[in-house]
Amino acid sequence: MDTRHKILILDDDTDWLALCRELFAALPSHPEILTANNAKRALALIETEPVRLLVCDLKMPRIDGLQMLAIVRRRFPELRTIVLSGLEDEDYRARAYALGVDLFWLKTEMQRNSKLFAECLESLLGRDNEPGFRGIQSKSLMDIIQMECLSRTSTVLRITRGALVAKLWIQDGELIDAEADGARGEPAFQRLLAWKSGTFENLPPEPDRERTIQKPVNALLLESAQTLDETANPSTEPASIESASHRKTMWKLAQLTREGAEFVIVVPPPGQGEPEALGTQHFTAYAGWAQRAAEIASCLGDRLEAGPLSHIAGQNLERQVLLLPQGDRTFMVGWPTDAEGNLPDKSRKLVASWDS
Amino acid sequence: MGFLKKIFGARAAVQQLPTGTITVDRHGHIVTSTVSSGFPKALLQGIGRDVLELFREARVAQMPLAEVSLHFGSLRITARELRGGAIIFLFPQTALLPTPTPPRL
Repeated sequence: MDTRHKILILDDDTDWLALCRELFAALPSHPEILTANNAKRALALIETEPVRLLVCDLKMPRIDGLQMLAIVRRRFPELRTIVLSGLEDEDYRARAYALGVDLFWLKTEMQRNSKLFAECLESLLGRDNEPGFRGIQSKSLMDIIQMECLSRTSTVLRITRGALVAKLWIQDGELIDAEADGARGEPAFQRLLAWKSGTFENLPPEPDRERTIQKPVNALLLESAQTLDETANPSTEPASIESASHRKTMWKLAQLTREGAEFVIVVPPPGQGEPEALGTQHFTAYAGWAQRAAEIASCLGDRLEAGPLSHIAGQNLERQVLLLPQGDRTFMVGWPTDAEGNLPDKSRKLVASWDS
Repeated sequence: MGFLKKIFGARAAVQQLPTGTITVDRHGHIVTSTVSSGFPKALLQGIGRDVLELFREARVAQMPLAEVSLHFGSLRITARELRGGAIIFLFPQTALLPTPTPPRL
């Protein structure tokens, strides 16, 4: 009897299916690979074959990946699922995780890092014999880290918050390294713990990772909790307030320079304080425009039933500006005209780290 | 025929998203349009008015803009300033398909 695991790959691109079939068949456990180019065929295969893992694309005609995952989660709750998509959009990542997928990978990332992807697949395939529960949970980052360390596991936690990505390396229940926001080691860990929300995923352990954190995780968590507490309840001594404010401004300025942006303006809701700005002196006029533009766009979107406002982009011969609504505030980010890359994503990243 | 409509009334119409290009003059009047004639004219004029106001407010803020794009969940509106008026491109964000981008300025 064939005891090999069965992996089903669902993608409407037949060339991609052939490539994946070749790649997955070379896994050390030699799983049996099934392929389907539409959701209907994939569901028929899951019903008739003992499929262990579904690797699903998102962008497909008729039934798309998110619909497929919702069906699978309801009808086949035991089935492990991986999303393999070309869509570099954090909304889709969040929506996929909300549907309970085990992993979300970008196709480009998989091609760049096929070894790590193969390890993730093997790890997921091997987990079916391990006892334990699985599901969707919403815990604080401190709880998640403590759980991983208490259970003495070895893993890499990848934490995503909007456009920001951080990693924690845990080896035999000890935190050995962290990367977040361009920092490494303890500073990265401190920054990461200041994040208010996000999603996390477990990647296979990397035992050869260089150790940069020597302190026990409980000591680090305690220190971070104290720092966060001091930030939330600042000292009333004038010198201390001035120093904290200066440090905060310097940090924000460093972020701005590193990303290559010209300025950031934070516009509060009307009548709720003054705009906060860094990098420009014309912030009162710009903030007025940002507020008005957000109002106009919001009303227009409602009238047209066009969905929520994602962002507004504007440009002239001097610069480009991006307006991002974040809760009840609006962020305006100015970029030079020759700024390259995906400016909405870069602005979101800047705003997310600014707002942490 | 049509007696069900008499009993239950006409079904509420689903608002289609506009697709195409319009040009508006400096007063917000539509000069040309490739948007389906089935799309309410008042809404199209509203788009033109709002876009012109965005450009006007930007000028008041000492930041005159040549182009502005509004990205909604299911629609993108890209407008270019045109001697006080504007040319406005309307791209519905259908399903997961990427939308075309007008060439850079």
